[in-house]
Amino acid sequence: MGTPLAFRATAQWWRQTRRRLPTTIVVALLLPLGYLASLGIGIGHYVDRGDGWLAGVPYAAWLAPGLLAATAFQGAATDGLWSVYGAVKWAGQYKAQIATPLRPRDALLGHWAYIVLRMAIVAALELAVMATFGAWRRPTAALALPGAVLTGGAFAAALMAWAVTRETEGSFVVVQRFVITPLFLFAGTFFPLAELPAVLRWFAYATPLWHGVSLCRGLMVPGTSGAVMAANVAYLGVLAAAAMTVAVRSYERRLAP
Amino acid sequence: MADDVVIEAHGLVKRYGTNPTATPAVDGIDLAVRRGELFGFLGPNGAGKSSAMRMIACVSPRTGGELRVLGLDPDRDGRRIRARLGVVPQEDTLDLELNVADNLYVYGRFFDLPRRALRERIPALLDSVSLADRAEDRVDSLSGGMKRRLTIARAMVSDPELVLLDEPTTGLDPHARHLLWDRLRHLKDRGVTQVLTTHYMDEAEQLCDRLVVMDGGRIVAEGSPAELIAKHVSREVVELRFADGQAPADVGTQLAGIGDAVEAMSDRFQVFADDGDAAVAEVMTRGLHPRQVLVRRATLEDVFLKLTGRGLVD
Repeated sequence: MGTPLAFRATAQWWRQTRRRLPTTIVVALLLPLGYLASLGIGIGHYVDRGDGWLAGVPYAAWLAPGLLAATAFQGAATDGLWSVYGAVKWAGQYKAQIATPLRPRDALLGHWAYIVLRMAIVAALELAVMATFGAWRRPTAALALPGAVLTGGAFAAALMAWAVTRETEGSFVVVQRFVITPLFLFAGTFFPLAELPAVLRWFAYATPLWHGVSLCRGLMVPGTSGAVMAANVAYLGVLAAAAMTVAVRSYERRLAP
Repeated sequence: MADDVVIEAHGLVKRYGTNPTATPAVDGIDLAVRRGELFGFLGPNGAGKSSAMRMIACVSPRTGGELRVLGLDPDRDGRRIRARLGVVPQEDTLDLELNVADNLYVYGRFFDLPRRALRERIPALLDSVSLADRAEDRVDSLSGGMKRRLTIARAMVSDPELVLLDEPTTGLDPHARHLLWDRLRHLKDRGVTQVLTTHYMDEAEQLCDRLVVMDGGRIVAEGSPAELIAKHVSREVVELRFADGQAPADVGTQLAGIGDAVEAMSDRFQVFADDGDAAVAEVMTRGLHPRQVLVRRATLEDVFLKLTGRGLVD
């Protein structure tokens, strides 16, 4: 059988970016670690003087898992939109791949695996730095790595399913501004959803990012029940499976009409 | 199916979308390509050549009819067939982020060629397309002709039995075209079966052992370039151009009967004849005085024009 078909495509993406990888990873780390330093320590200084709002967890430690999930989510947004579009419209990597034994589904899975791999490297480094901020407050903290990757991976699959069907990239900026950024700000990364009005709160509960934030936070700091985390995993797992199923169809339609 | 038939199609149809009344891109074509042949699809843009090629390349499921490639059914054995094909797509799909050698390496890995064997093979492949000295260069820095040659080397990386080339020289300058033709003839000498699409009649004439002429999704003629010319037009063509307003109104009638056929074009008359000079003499005898007279060999363009009433390139 040899090398799995999808991994042969992953190898192309890996080889293409491996020289730039250290740079892109440092860039990917700057934002979350910047937030962690400025908000976690700066704002945290005031938050931690308050009324025990976060059940005794210092704000920096409480914020860290949220940023971990949000970074994976944002990475998924960039890779799942532009690099997919580029592979269809500009560089033609998919077209080259499916002229060989690879099928559209292998092009999809291979690209997705690469996106997830890069996401995992970033998340692992992030998680290591977070330990120094005292954010590992439960024995399950290391499991936040697969938690963050599940969050980003599920969302990446959903975006890929859609991005591959696009004829222009104009709508990507709209998604970035009106979906990704609001979720980043309001899906529980920076403050508990209890602070939101009920309507917005329920809206936030329905988003993949909130489930990712809740899961990573539950694994790293006390305060989340096992049942909630199980629901988070189930939500993200179902999303990933459903998005992948749709993505296989949309890749086949687009690449091999 | 005979062993030496590499591609066989009967009533092959391709229709895009779900509307069953939509005009098919490929409308029931029959063909057989034999091993070692250089076979061509000639036709204008939109004739259905690329759609036919995509079905043969197993990247587009057929809507109807029969198709066998290398003795296998693309619907069932697409992967196995593609593993034995080399594809040169119409647009370059080289990875611009990788250097020249890495493009071949990554592509070879799609076929799961062993890493070491691949590394050993790449210099010879690059040499075969005169790119040996560019191995470490970025693909960006190559000219259009070099990129095409690299794409051909890439298609050969898996040592394919059948090479498919979709409009291989579109957009190339004459020098680059001739270099590329040279490479294709070289492949043919090595016994590699090749199928190409083109809308250049000179390319079809220069390269193809046999070809089909396509128009509107159908095959309108089939044969070797010489056979097609012999069958559909005469050996020579006389082009007669009259100065503006100087041609007699009934010049068409006056030319009637000269050669095998006379055609009125927007800017000239064409007389098809086996002996062009004799036809010119007859024109003069009849007292007509064209501003310009040109006797030339008949080409596939004339065949296409005769069969469809239109030129190949609009």
